[in-house]
Amino acid sequence: MSNHGLSVTVTGINKKFGSHVALDNVNIAIEAGEFISLLGPSGSGKTTLLMILAGFARPDSGSVKFGDAEVIRMPPHKRNIGMMFQNYALFPHMSVGDNVAYPLKLRRTPKAEIAQRVTAALDLVKLGEYSERRIDQLSGGQRQRVALARAVVFQPQILLMDEPLSALDRNLREQMQIEIRQLHEKLGMTTITVTHDQREALTMSDRVAVIDHGKLMQFGTPEALYERPANRFVAGFIGESTFIEHEGRTLVVRPERLLVNGQATMRQAGTDAGDWITFAGRVQSVIFQGESLLSTVLLHGQKAGGQDVVLQLRQTVSRADSHNGKLNIDTDVEIALHRSDAIFLDERQS
Amino acid sequence: MNDQGLSGAVPQGLNAAGIADDIRRERRNLRLLASPALVLVLVLIVGPMLWLFYLSFYNEHGQFTFEHYARMLDEGAYLSIFWTTFEVSLIVTVLCALFGYPLAYLLAQLPARWANVLMLGVLVPFWTALLVRTYAWLVLLQRRGLINDTLVSWGIIDQPIALVHNLTGTLIGMTHVMIPFLVLPLYATMKTIDGNLLRASGSLGASPTRAFWDVYFPLSAPGLYAGMILVFIFCLGFYVTPAVLGGGRVIMIAQRIENSVSLYPSWGAASALGVVLLLVTILLMAFGAWISKLARR
Repeated sequence: MSNHGLSVTVTGINKKFGSHVALDNVNIAIEAGEFISLLGPSGSGKTTLLMILAGFARPDSGSVKFGDAEVIRMPPHKRNIGMMFQNYALFPHMSVGDNVAYPLKLRRTPKAEIAQRVTAALDLVKLGEYSERRIDQLSGGQRQRVALARAVVFQPQILLMDEPLSALDRNLREQMQIEIRQLHEKLGMTTITVTHDQREALTMSDRVAVIDHGKLMQFGTPEALYERPANRFVAGFIGESTFIEHEGRTLVVRPERLLVNGQATMRQAGTDAGDWITFAGRVQSVIFQGESLLSTVLLHGQKAGGQDVVLQLRQTVSRADSHNGKLNIDTDVEIALHRSDAIFLDERQS
Repeated sequence: MNDQGLSGAVPQGLNAAGIADDIRRERRNLRLLASPALVLVLVLIVGPMLWLFYLSFYNEHGQFTFEHYARMLDEGAYLSIFWTTFEVSLIVTVLCALFGYPLAYLLAQLPARWANVLMLGVLVPFWTALLVRTYAWLVLLQRRGLINDTLVSWGIIDQPIALVHNLTGTLIGMTHVMIPFLVLPLYATMKTIDGNLLRASGSLGASPTRAFWDVYFPLSAPGLYAGMILVFIFCLGFYVTPAVLGGGRVIMIAQRIENSVSLYPSWGAASALGVVLLLVTILLMAFGAWISKLARR
C-alpha cells in the first residue's frame, strides 16, 4: 500500500473575513513525502489554511500547487486528498467497513478489490476484526483509527489532518503520534496536520510552520525552531521560555538549560568564567511535576519593560547528586547558563 | 446586486480574478436553484393576493369602488366581528401557552422512551381530521353530553351548564386543536437547552425555581414565542371549529367571509375583509417584533 507523495506549494495566499485578515501573504513550499505541522494559537489562521488546501475554503488570492498542478480553483472532490477531520466525521449510519469502503466505491473500484483494500487498511490501523462494528460501538481511539484508515485507503498522495488527536486523552495521544508517524513512513504520502500543541508538532513533524495572526512566523525543522527561533513569538510559543535583556540583546532562557547553586558552582569550576552567564534571584515557588521540578525565581536587578523578571527553571533531580540544587521557597539562588545553551534573538528579524 | 460590488474592484494577487469568477458562478447557480421555489411563491401566494387586493375595489357590476371598505367602517357589526376574531385568537393563544408550556417541559424532561409515548398523545389528535375532533367535542360538551351527564349524576350540578354553542365551547375546541402547534416548536427549543446551564445556576446559588426563571425560561422563550405566533395566526383564519362549537354566537372573520361568498355572492366584500385581516395581522406582528426587540435591549 505504498505510494509517493506530491509536493505542495503554497504561494501568496490572502484571505479576509470582512475586515479581519485571516491569512496574510502565506508562502510555504512543502516537499514530496514530508510530514508538516501547521502550528499556532487558536484564531491564528492555521485551520483556514488547511481548509484552503482541502478546497473547503476559498482564499481571496493565491496559488496552491500539488506537484506541478494548480488546484486553487479545483473543488474538494476532485483534489484526491485524504482528510481526517477533528471529530473524525465518520458516517454513523454505516459500519466501520462501509465507512472505509466509501472512498473506494466513489472511485468505482471493483468489489473484490474494495474488500481486499478495506481489510488491508483496517489491518494497518490494527482494527482488522472491527469491520462489521457500528461506529457508536467504538471508543474514541478506535474511531480515530477508522478515520485514519478511511483517509488513506484510496492511497491519496496528500493527507490532511485537522487537529487529529485533540479529542484523545494524553496517553493515547502520545501513542497515536508515534503510530501516525510510522504510518507516514510506511505509506510515504505528503502529510499536513494542524495542531495547537507544540509538543505534538515537534514530535511528529519533519518541519513545522508556525503561524500567528495569519502570518507565517517561521518554517523549519523542530530543532531549528527550538534552537534558533526567528522571533520572539516563535521563541515564546515553542518550549517554555523567559525573556531577559542581556548585553543589550534579548536572551531566551529555556528552563531546562539552567544550573543552580551547587550544580552551577561545580560545573563552572575548571571552565572559563566567560563561558557562563550568571543570575541571582529568590525562589518564589517549587512545583512537583513528576519527572521534574518546576521552580519560579524572581531575578535580582533584572527588569523587562519595567516589570520584574520571573524565571522558570526545570530540574530533574537525582538523589545521587549530592550537589543537587534542590530549591526551597524564599531562599536566594545562584543560576548559571552556559553560552552554548543561550539563545539570543536576532534583532533584524524580531 | 452583489456582483457589481465585486466586479467594480480590480482583483489583486495570484488567481484573484479566477477565484472571484468562481464565487460569481456559485452565486448565480444558487440563484438558479432557488428560482423554482421563487416562481411557486409568486404564482401561488403573491399572485392570488394581488388578485384579492384588486377584487376588493370592484362591486358586483364590475365598477371601481371603495364601498366594501366604507361599509366596514360604517357598520358596527364588522367592527365587532374583527374584535371577536382578535379577542378569541388572543385568548386561545394564551390558553395554549398556559397548558402547552408545562406539557412541553414535561416532555423535554422525560427520558426519550416516555417522551415518545407521551408525544403520541399530542400527535394523534393532530393527525385526526379537524371536523372529527370538532364534532367529538360537540358530543362531549352538549347539554345531554358526557360531561354534563356525569356532573349531574354525581350531583355536582343540578342543571346542565352551557358548555357549547357559545364562547366557552369555541375556546375549548380551538385550544385543543391548536395546542400541538405550540408544543412542537417549544419542545424542539427546550431539547436544545444544555442541562449543565441549570446545574451551573444551581451551583452558583439559584434555587430550582430561580434557576428556571433566570435561565430555563429565557432560553425557551424563542420557542414559546414562535409557537404563540403560529397559534395566533392560525386562529385568525379559523373557520370550522368556531362555526360548529360557537353555534352562531361566536362569529369570526372567516365565517363572515364565507357568508359574503356563499349567501350573497359578493367577492369584492369577501376580498376586502381578507385584505383588512391580512393588513391588521401584519401590523400586529410588526408591533410584536418591535416590542420584543425593545425588550431585548
